[in-house]
Amino acid sequence: MSRKAQAVGGSILTWPFIAALAVFALCLPVLAWRFLYGLGPTTGMNDGFPWGIWIAFDVVTGTALACGGFSVAILCYAFNKGKYHPLIRPAILTSALGYSLAGASVIIDLGRYWNVWKIPLLWNWNRNSVLLEVALCIMTYVFVLWIELSPAFFEVWEEQEKYPLLCRVARWLHGLLNRYLIGILALGILLPTMHQSSLGSLMLIMTTKLHKLWHTPLLPVLFLSSAILMGYAAVIFESALADEVFDRPRETKILASMSGIMVVVLFFFLGVRLVDLALRDRLGLVARLDFYSGMFLLEMALFLAPALLLLSRKGRNNPGIELISAILMMVAGTLYRFDTFLVGFRPGPGWSYFPTIPEMAVTIGFVAFEVLAYLFIVKKFPILHTGAPPHGLDAATPKPSG
Amino acid sequence: MSPTRRSVLKGIASAATLAASGVPKAFAAPRRRKTPPADAVGLLYDATRCIGCQACVVKCKEANGMPPDTGTPRGPMYDAPDDLNAKTKNIIKLYKGEDGRTSFMKAQCMHCVDPACASVCMISALYKGPRGIVVYDPGKCVGCRYCQTACPFNMPKYEWRTAFPKIVKCEMCRHLVEKGGIPACVAACPREAVIFGGLETLRADAKGRLAREPKRYFPKVYGDTDGGGTQVLYLSAAGIPFGKLGLPDLGDEPLPELTESLQHAVYQGFIAPVALYAILGFAVYRSFRSQHPRKGGEK
Repeated sequence: MSRKAQAVGGSILTWPFIAALAVFALCLPVLAWRFLYGLGPTTGMNDGFPWGIWIAFDVVTGTALACGGFSVAILCYAFNKGKYHPLIRPAILTSALGYSLAGASVIIDLGRYWNVWKIPLLWNWNRNSVLLEVALCIMTYVFVLWIELSPAFFEVWEEQEKYPLLCRVARWLHGLLNRYLIGILALGILLPTMHQSSLGSLMLIMTTKLHKLWHTPLLPVLFLSSAILMGYAAVIFESALADEVFDRPRETKILASMSGIMVVVLFFFLGVRLVDLALRDRLGLVARLDFYSGMFLLEMALFLAPALLLLSRKGRNNPGIELISAILMMVAGTLYRFDTFLVGFRPGPGWSYFPTIPEMAVTIGFVAFEVLAYLFIVKKFPILHTGAPPHGLDAATPKPSG
Repeated sequence: MSPTRRSVLKGIASAATLAASGVPKAFAAPRRRKTPPADAVGLLYDATRCIGCQACVVKCKEANGMPPDTGTPRGPMYDAPDDLNAKTKNIIKLYKGEDGRTSFMKAQCMHCVDPACASVCMISALYKGPRGIVVYDPGKCVGCRYCQTACPFNMPKYEWRTAFPKIVKCEMCRHLVEKGGIPACVAACPREAVIFGGLETLRADAKGRLAREPKRYFPKVYGDTDGGGTQVLYLSAAGIPFGKLGLPDLGDEPLPELTESLQHAVYQGFIAPVALYAILGFAVYRSFRSQHPRKGGEK
């Protein structure tokens, strides 16, 4: 128990906070406009491209970038690597924020959002619908993430002697949570495995519309593995930023070994991608050197670069190279998702799509809100670790149940 | 370092196997092909008979209470839709080839035997209704627009310019058909270029025309088997393949086949997710035990 997660403290109203608040405020009038006049006037979407960046970025890419909690949980719990524990809480926080905002984006994007409550009703389900599975998994996972994060809140509220009721409720809930924690943590790995792969399966049915360089029965495998990669990259990125901004000691060793794991997964992804294209005789499409093969090659280069940069121990131990690799990895995964959902999606002659400025303002505003909420929560609640590297336990680890 | 890597690699491999396990299984045991109901109805459009008068476009709007689409506010005062859209469920288009050949083309929902839109719809706002007509129930629609991306014909349209939008598509005038009537486009056609009837009768009719006048027609009935079959059938003039008229080459396999067999294989009876959950639960328990020695001691 050599160290604990601690609230960073300090003033909330800093300049970055105010700047993010201003950016978020810009998207509010757009939201009002969208709800009063519909999606047509506000966005670039049309009958050929009914899905725009609110789906391709906010949901499909946003949740993958928010896979840090999932990716670290796989190491920590499924593979029993306790040393990654200090990364868990900040990762879960970014995941909870990312998934919550993806959920909010869905509501804004849905044309008939007032019918959403009918989706969870069992007797309505169309079990053939991939989107139904995605929707149910994401809805549940948002709750799971906030429950996983809740000990950070309970630890603070339990000490609030001024409010005895809050204190007692927090203690009671904390105890209750510890009893069911194993089941919840296992759900926290199961649900993303299901819906991150299914986000790829969404495009399987578009056999005629999705370009042959991206359409493959292995879409679920590629989406799942790249989501795990983006999760690791986001954790490295976030911890580099947090260490810089809050002037904290770096988790160098842990991050270096996680980068090693990333390299392995990266080569798995690249191998599957290329072998799949080769086996189905589609590598010829790459040789055409048209717009699509260009996008494909750019995508491959972006995946390959971090794999090569992190291949040597020297690269992994260099924080600068590690950060650059993480950024490249996040861009690669983002481009792969944009290529699959927008660039390689060809509904037919005459259709085109480019997001409008109001549409982008909403996406950017939501990212700004994520920054706001992150800053607030790490300052008020014990999320980030301090002090020397851990031995065994950390404060967030509950007792085994049963 | 190396045990970590090896175990992670193993884990990824097993996760991938789980996700991919559907692939071989799906191809080994494809799901049962869907067939149209015995009383299925449909349309047969013979492009060689159409004169492009657009009476069907006008009558379709009348029968379905659709507003005219006059283009720009200063544009022509008559209904002039440039494509299917939220105000237009049926349209006549003109194909002009480089060789100077022309053909008219009628576009509306194809009423697939195994429709992609109904397969992807989360809570079945689009579904195969009575007599095989693909029906829309706005009461269930959440407006996700997956039907639009999934439809290979781009048939479902969306009301982009309203705060309370619906999906718009041809429902084969089911409000008239239910009462023993016929679709408005069929009733309006002065040349019987589009006819309505039982699907089997229409199929036989189309094949009969091909057999009687092989020189008049392109030698294929579109919709007979395309994409698992559609309840709207097409005949095109000789020398004008269906691709030129905007009908995609789908092959005979229904579009939902790949997705549904994959999903069914992975999620069959929910066994795989439950098994994975149990394994994960055990793994988490094990990690708690090993990372949590009895009394706050070191590892």
